[in-house]
Amino acid sequence: MSVNKEFVKFDKVDKSYDGKVLVVKDLQLDIAEGEFITMLGPSGSGKTTCLMMLAGFETPTNGEIYLDGNAISSIPPHKRGIGMVFQNYALFPHMTVYENLAFPLRVRKIPKDEADKKIDKALSMVSLQGFASRMPGQLSGGQQQRVAVARSLVFDPQLVLMDEPLGALDKNLRESMQYEIKHIHESIGVTVVYVTHDQSEALTMSNRIAVFNDGKVQQLSSPDELYEKPVNSFVAEFIGENNTFTGEVSEISDQKCKVKLSNAEIMANPISVKSKGEKTKVSLRPERALINPKDKMDNIHNGKIEEVIYHGDHTRVRINLLGNPEFILKVPNSSANLDIKLGNEIKIGWNSEDARALDPK
Amino acid sequence: MSSETKQILTTDGIPLEVSLKKAERKNKIKAFLLVAPLLFFLIITYVFPIGDMLFRSVDDKMVTQMLPKTFKAMETWDGQELPDEEVFAAFHEDFIKLVEDKREGKLSTQLNYTKNGFKSIIKKLRRKSKTFEEGNYKEQIMSVHKRWADVEYWRAIKRRAPEFTSQKYLKGMDMYVNEEGKIVSVEEDRRIHRVLWLRTLEIAFFVTVFCFLMAYPIAHLLATLPMKYSNLLMICVLLPFWTSLLVRTASWMILLQQQGIVNDFFVGIGLVADDNRPEMMYNKTGSYVAMTQILLPFMVLPLYSVMKTISPSLMRAGKSLGGTPFVAFWKVYFPLTIPGIGAGCLLVFILAIGYYITPALVGGASGTLISNQIAFHMKSTLDWSFASAMGLMLLSGVLVIYWLYNKIVGIDNIKLG
Repeated sequence: MSVNKEFVKFDKVDKSYDGKVLVVKDLQLDIAEGEFITMLGPSGSGKTTCLMMLAGFETPTNGEIYLDGNAISSIPPHKRGIGMVFQNYALFPHMTVYENLAFPLRVRKIPKDEADKKIDKALSMVSLQGFASRMPGQLSGGQQQRVAVARSLVFDPQLVLMDEPLGALDKNLRESMQYEIKHIHESIGVTVVYVTHDQSEALTMSNRIAVFNDGKVQQLSSPDELYEKPVNSFVAEFIGENNTFTGEVSEISDQKCKVKLSNAEIMANPISVKSKGEKTKVSLRPERALINPKDKMDNIHNGKIEEVIYHGDHTRVRINLLGNPEFILKVPNSSANLDIKLGNEIKIGWNSEDARALDPK
Repeated sequence: MSSETKQILTTDGIPLEVSLKKAERKNKIKAFLLVAPLLFFLIITYVFPIGDMLFRSVDDKMVTQMLPKTFKAMETWDGQELPDEEVFAAFHEDFIKLVEDKREGKLSTQLNYTKNGFKSIIKKLRRKSKTFEEGNYKEQIMSVHKRWADVEYWRAIKRRAPEFTSQKYLKGMDMYVNEEGKIVSVEEDRRIHRVLWLRTLEIAFFVTVFCFLMAYPIAHLLATLPMKYSNLLMICVLLPFWTSLLVRTASWMILLQQQGIVNDFFVGIGLVADDNRPEMMYNKTGSYVAMTQILLPFMVLPLYSVMKTISPSLMRAGKSLGGTPFVAFWKVYFPLTIPGIGAGCLLVFILAIGYYITPALVGGASGTLISNQIAFHMKSTLDWSFASAMGLMLLSGVLVIYWLYNKIVGIDNIKLG
C-alpha cells in the first residue's frame, strides 16, 4: 500500500480576517500520511491560522483544504475527526482525566468496555496509568500536557494537530516531552501537524518543517536541509545561528562567486544570486568556520577576538572579522584548547561551499 | 521530635512562639483598627436594630407590666368560668393606675390585637370607673358592658400574661391560639398572609428564572465579544444601575399602562383590539416585567465574571473531539458556568423575595409581596412587632434558602466577580 502523499492538501489557500490584510497568502502545502510536519515561524506569520483552518475553527477566504482527498471547508469541526492539542491544553477542568478521555469516545457512542480499553491504552502511551481519577487541577503542567495528548489520540484520529503544546512548560520538561511526542508519533504512525515558534523543537521532532513568514511558506524541507541549506536569508536567520556578510557580487561562476564587502572580498556559494553586481547577504553557520584551519580552505581571514563566553560544552567567541563585529564562532571545549584570549588576532577559515550567498533583504 | 520543636528559641533566647506572637501583634492590631470603623458601624446600624426587632417581635411585656396585679390574681384561675372578685379587684386597681398615667389607651390597643371589641369597652370602663364604689368590683365592672361579663374576654386578657409570645409569628402564618390554647388556622376567607407568602415565593422564583433565561445569552455575548463591543454592551447592562429605582419603575408604568406605549404598539400592529387592551400593570404581570428588568444586572454580572474566565479553547476542544456545538456547550461550557448561575440566582432570588418599591407601584392588589404587607404594618397599623415578626420570617426564609443552596451547590462554588 503506497503512502498517500497528499493526505492533507492546502490548495491556493488565502486567509484574511479584515478584508485588508492577508494573513495567509496562496498557501500550497501537501502533507503525506504518517508524516510529522511542523509549521514554524515567528508570531503573526500565519501558522496558527493555517492550523485553525485545518481544524475547522476558521474558514479559508479563498482556496480549499483537502483531507484524504475530500474538500473539508464546509465540514464543521466536530465532523472532521481531527485530534487537537491546544496551547493551554484545554482540559475540561470539571471532569476527571478519565472523563476527559472518555468525552470523544462518548460522543461517538463507543461502548463502555471498548472505551475503557482505549482510555487505558492512551494513558499508558503517555505513562499516566493510575491517574484516571485525578482532576486536571491536581496534575502538574507536564502531566496535563500528556493528558491533552492522550485525549487527542484516544479516538484514533488519522490526523492530530498540535498548537504550541509545549509552550507553557519549562525547558527540561519541554525537551523530554519533545522526545515523548516524537516516540508516540513513531509508534502509532499518526499524521501530525505541529505548530511552534521554537526552532529547536521543530528541528528535533519533525520529518519536514514549513517555515512561515509573512503569511507564506518560505521553505519546506527536512530539518537538516533547512539548517544546512536555507534558501533565503529569512530562513537562514530564523533557523539556528548565523554569521552574515552583506556585499555585492563581483564575479560569478556556476559553483562559486566572489562577493565584494566594504573592505575585502570573500568566496561564496551562489544560491539566490544570478549575475554580477547583485546585492547579496552571505550566510555562514558558526560551526562551519574554523580557527587556524589546517585544510586548504578558500576563505582565510584574520580577525580580532572581542568577547569570549563560556558555555560549558563549548565557548562562544565573538570576533571582529572583515568589518563584521558580530561574527560568532563556536569552539568545542577540549583539552587541546587554542589560544583564545580577548584581544588576540586569530586566523579563521571556511569553505566557500558553506558560505551561502542569499537574497539581500 | 515534638519536644524538640517546642524548645526552639530565637537567637536571643526567647521561645520562638512568643517571639512570633509579639512580632505579629502589631499587625493584628493594625488589621483590627482598619476594620473597626466598619465593625462598629455594622453593630450600631445593623446588628443592634435587627436584634431589637427580633426582640420586639416576641416581646409582650407591655401588657404584663400594665396589669401586674391582675395577672398575679389570675394565676389560680382555671379559665372555665368568670374569674372571681379577687381578679376583678386586682384588675380595677391596675386599671385605675393606668388611667392616672393616661395609658389605658395603649392597653385597649394591645388587648384589641388579641380580641376585637376591647377598645370600646375599655373606653366605657374608664368613664364609668370614676363613679365606682369600693368593694364588689365584679358586679360593677360587669355592669359597664355585657362583654365584661363574657368569659371569652377575660380569657383573652389572660392570654397576654406571658412576657414573650409567638402570636405575631402565628399571625404571620394566618394562625392563632384559640380559646382552648390550641394553634389553629384562621377562617379561610381571612387568610391573607399565606397567599402573600406563596405569591412572594412564586414571583421571586419566576423573576429568577426569567432573569436567568435573559441574562445567560447576554453574559455569554459580553464574555466573548471583542473588547470594543463588549464595553458598549456592558454599559447598556449597567445603565439601569445609574438610574434611580423609582424612575425606572415609573417608566415601566408609562410603558405598561392600558393607554401606554406597549399597549399602543400592540393595537398598532393589530395584535389586540383597541377596546380590549390587556392589563399589564397593577397585577402580577407588572411585577414580573419590572422586577425582571431591574434585577437583570444582578444576574448578568456574576455570570459574566465566571464566563470571562472560561477559555474559548475549551469549547473548541469540545468540538474538535467530536462534540456537536450543543454537546460541547452542554457538557463543557454549561457545567463551568454553574458557580455563576448559582451566585446570580441566589442574589436575584434573595433580592426579589424582599422587593418593595416596584411591586408597590406596579403590582396592584394581585402583584404585591410580603414586603408590602410589612411596610403596611410599619406605616399604617403601627403594629411594629407584627411587622418585625414577618421581617424575621422573611429573613429566616432567606437563610433557609441559603442553607439549602450551600447543601446542594456549595457556597464555595459561588463566584460574584
